[in-house]
Amino acid sequence: MGETVTFWVLAVVSVTAALGLVFSRRAVYSALMLGVVMLSLAVLYAVQDAPFLAAVQIIVYTGAVMMLFLFVLMLVGVDSSDSLVETIRGQRFWAIVAGLGFASLLALGVGNAVFTAPKGLAAVNQVGNVPSLAESIFTRYVFAFEVTSALLITAALGAMVLAHRERAEAKATQKDLSRARFAAFGETGTNPAPLPGPGTYARHNAIDMPALLPDGKISALSVNRHIARHEADAGTIDPKVAEVLEAQILEGDDSK
Amino acid sequence: MTTHYLVLSALLFAIGGIGVLVRRNAIVVFMCVELMLNACNLAFVTFARQHGNIEGQVIAFFVMIVAAAEVVVGLAIIVTIFRTRRSASVDDASLLKY
Amino acid sequence: MEPAEIISHTGGVIGAGWLLIALPLLGAAVLLLGGRRTDKWGHFLGVALAVASFVVAVLAFVQLLGFAPGERRRGVALYEFIPGVANMGLLIDPLSISFALLITGVGSLIHIYSIGYMSHDTDRRRFFGYLNLFVAAMLLLVLADNYVALFIGWEGVGLASYLLIGFWQYKPSAATAAKKAFVVNRVGDFGLLIAIFIMFSTFGSVAFADVFPKAGGASAGTLTAIGLLLLLGACGKSAQLPLQSWLLDAMEGPTPVSALIHAATMVTAGVYLVVRSGAAFFPADSTASLVVTIVGVATLLAGAIIGTAKDDIKKALAGSTMSQIGYMMLAAGLGVAGYAFAIAHLITHGFFKANLFLGAGSVMHGMNDEVDMRKYGGLRSLMPITFVTFLIGYLAIIGFPLLSGYFTKDGIIETAMEHSAILGWLAVIGAGITGFYMSRLVFMTFFGERRWAADAHPHESPSVMTWPLIVLSIGSIGLGGYLILSNRLMVFLGPAVGQPEELPAFHFFSPVGLATLALVALGAAYAWLKYGRAEVPAVAPRGSFLTTFARRDLYGDALNEALFMRPGQWLTRLAVFFDNRGIDGVVNGLAAGIGGTSGRLRRIQTGYVRSYALSIFIGAAVLAGAWFVVGTL
Repeated sequence: MGETVTFWVLAVVSVTAALGLVFSRRAVYSALMLGVVMLSLAVLYAVQDAPFLAAVQIIVYTGAVMMLFLFVLMLVGVDSSDSLVETIRGQRFWAIVAGLGFASLLALGVGNAVFTAPKGLAAVNQVGNVPSLAESIFTRYVFAFEVTSALLITAALGAMVLAHRERAEAKATQKDLSRARFAAFGETGTNPAPLPGPGTYARHNAIDMPALLPDGKISALSVNRHIARHEADAGTIDPKVAEVLEAQILEGDDSK
Repeated sequence: MTTHYLVLSALLFAIGGIGVLVRRNAIVVFMCVELMLNACNLAFVTFARQHGNIEGQVIAFFVMIVAAAEVVVGLAIIVTIFRTRRSASVDDASLLKY
Repeated sequence: MEPAEIISHTGGVIGAGWLLIALPLLGAAVLLLGGRRTDKWGHFLGVALAVASFVVAVLAFVQLLGFAPGERRRGVALYEFIPGVANMGLLIDPLSISFALLITGVGSLIHIYSIGYMSHDTDRRRFFGYLNLFVAAMLLLVLADNYVALFIGWEGVGLASYLLIGFWQYKPSAATAAKKAFVVNRVGDFGLLIAIFIMFSTFGSVAFADVFPKAGGASAGTLTAIGLLLLLGACGKSAQLPLQSWLLDAMEGPTPVSALIHAATMVTAGVYLVVRSGAAFFPADSTASLVVTIVGVATLLAGAIIGTAKDDIKKALAGSTMSQIGYMMLAAGLGVAGYAFAIAHLITHGFFKANLFLGAGSVMHGMNDEVDMRKYGGLRSLMPITFVTFLIGYLAIIGFPLLSGYFTKDGIIETAMEHSAILGWLAVIGAGITGFYMSRLVFMTFFGERRWAADAHPHESPSVMTWPLIVLSIGSIGLGGYLILSNRLMVFLGPAVGQPEELPAFHFFSPVGLATLALVALGAAYAWLKYGRAEVPAVAPRGSFLTTFARRDLYGDALNEALFMRPGQWLTRLAVFFDNRGIDGVVNGLAAGIGGTSGRLRRIQTGYVRSYALSIFIGAAVLAGAWFVVGTL
């Protein structure tokens, strides 16, 4: 009775979630729906005498695989929502016909078959589900298991190779960067030195205090524009700073 | 009860298949493939219980491993394609044709 | 008297008879493979080897004379050639040694002459290589002791003839003429081949020694078939009707070639074949020999008529050659009585016709290679040696009393007259026409006004060319009388070809001979009226229908064209049409069909992975449906 209730609840949940997976416009929602389906299935495994698989399902699928999906979604752009307008003629119609036909055929076939009452895995699981699974995997399926390890390593290597980006030219060294800076100084007069930190020569060691040049004037380079704009809006800007900025704007040199 | 599980499995499988055919976002397509694999796993687990044989669960276990490997490589391919084409749509990668 | 048995022989010059063939063959190999390195001394090597071969022939002849007449057929075994079919060997008997002497003797003279004639040609070495090749092949032809080896020589002379007619292959006319000679000869060779096949299947051997004794045992039909097929081969090689058309075009080759191959030796190979096979396959009064005589008479008249109308000096001589070989064929068809006359005429003709051709070559040499007799005239004082030797050859060929031709041609006519009056009188008429066209040739060339081209500076040829002329003219004077009087040649050849029980006596000025002489004189007088006394127009007048008929080679080419070439072309066009429309149509249609179908089918490959997935999914659904249906059945 308990199993029946569980099944019906989870069946409805998982089918609904699966439909949501297929038909939601945003990929993130699809991923979440998939997570729901997987969790429901994990419970159904547990109900069906497969506690180990249920755990693996949650750890591997819901944990690892789903996280991977979400990472990639972030990389590719989580905001984008797909257009659901079909571009290939007849694709959607035939997809649904084939899908429903396939499902109904399978269901019909399964429904036609007469099953006896399930034997259950009570006998097998007497020593415990994990030990009996382990026995099977490490004895009869040990070769397949080893091959699986090779497969996983290959997959990991493959993913690395695919994601690796080849550098077209050598990475610039500090020497190169320094030369480029002085070359720029020679051509356009760009200051090759680091920018003066705000408040370096000021009385206040604060981010909103501009640096003072040795002659006591304000270094325009050290003025934080965002703060200056905020202060200008509020009317609390230092007149000296405002003067320097206005002079700079008048010169038309607003890029710095 | 077995019948119910199997019908659920078939239903999820078909929904996954429709998703593969209908969606264009490569990541969603991948999720649908995962859904189909999970539907198969449900059938394996169900049959394991039906026949009182642990091997169904063993196969389901292997399916999970292969699915994990497949996801790793598949997603790497998607990322690579996205990097070069700025698109994750499977329809955009259609140069290899008549 | 029947031919004698063949006695196998080793040792002596006859035992080393293979040298006859090997020496010129060596020359050909050295000259043709040696390339430009041999340019400087190549012609001397060619001449030396031809002369060496002649020396061997003379020595062999001397050794042969040392045997009793009945033992003069010597077979020299050389090696196993085709196991079970033929062994290579030489048959040195009076007949073959006569040919060997003629070939190497006249051949050597023409080799010497060619040194002068070809002196301006940059390819003189190649020319001598081909000449040596020809001499070797021709000697193999006449010395072979079986039909297969004879056939190899037969093809070898055909090849050499082809190469030499087309020696100036850059001239389209020469290349075409060479091709024509080769193709027409193939027709004859086909007959000879089939004849050899029938011999092998009937007698189980192709050696003369096996075939001739067994010939009597075969059915008359088989013998006639072999005879006619051999005759077909002979017609092709000897330019007899109906395979005569190639000889006139063959004059495109250098003049020494015309003299050696297309007058003195190769074209007489057909006569050799008939005489050699005569006792077995052309017995007197058989169908085959009757056909031989008919072919001979028809050709002697046709050649003479063609000779009357040609303005090209070499073509006129070529017509004459056809005509003279017609006489030989006629004699060869008369059986044992005629063989000796055929061979005698062949030998003397070899001398006087080579003499005439070389004389014509000498004239051409002095006249910038002009061949049109209408542009000659009055050359007798400028080319005295050429003129005198040419005159001797001319007198010999028309049968002037006591010169070579008089004896041999009269012998043929007399024998033919005994055999059948019709054949005899036709031969007499042919002799009359010979008198006309040869006189015409001489008058146009050496007498009358000088009608030369502006840049012509006629001069006598160098001594290397005139000495062979002198030697040949001596042969033209005396050889006929020597061979015929006392029946010397007939007795000598007797062991090889047989001889009549009663030897004929030669009557000077017999009624038939007088009639012949009268006709010849008539022809010569008419020629004098028309070409000696009267003015010769520079351009040939249109002439009557008969003239055109003769100028066009009796419409032989037109006949070949209408009978063989046009139908062949139609057949080719039909085949081409069938190939283009039928076979190509099927192939192209199939290809177009497949191309069109695949062009439409490939539209399925949209490039969209989802549509591929859909087809997979539908396939899976259909499979599931099929599985379900099958399961419920």
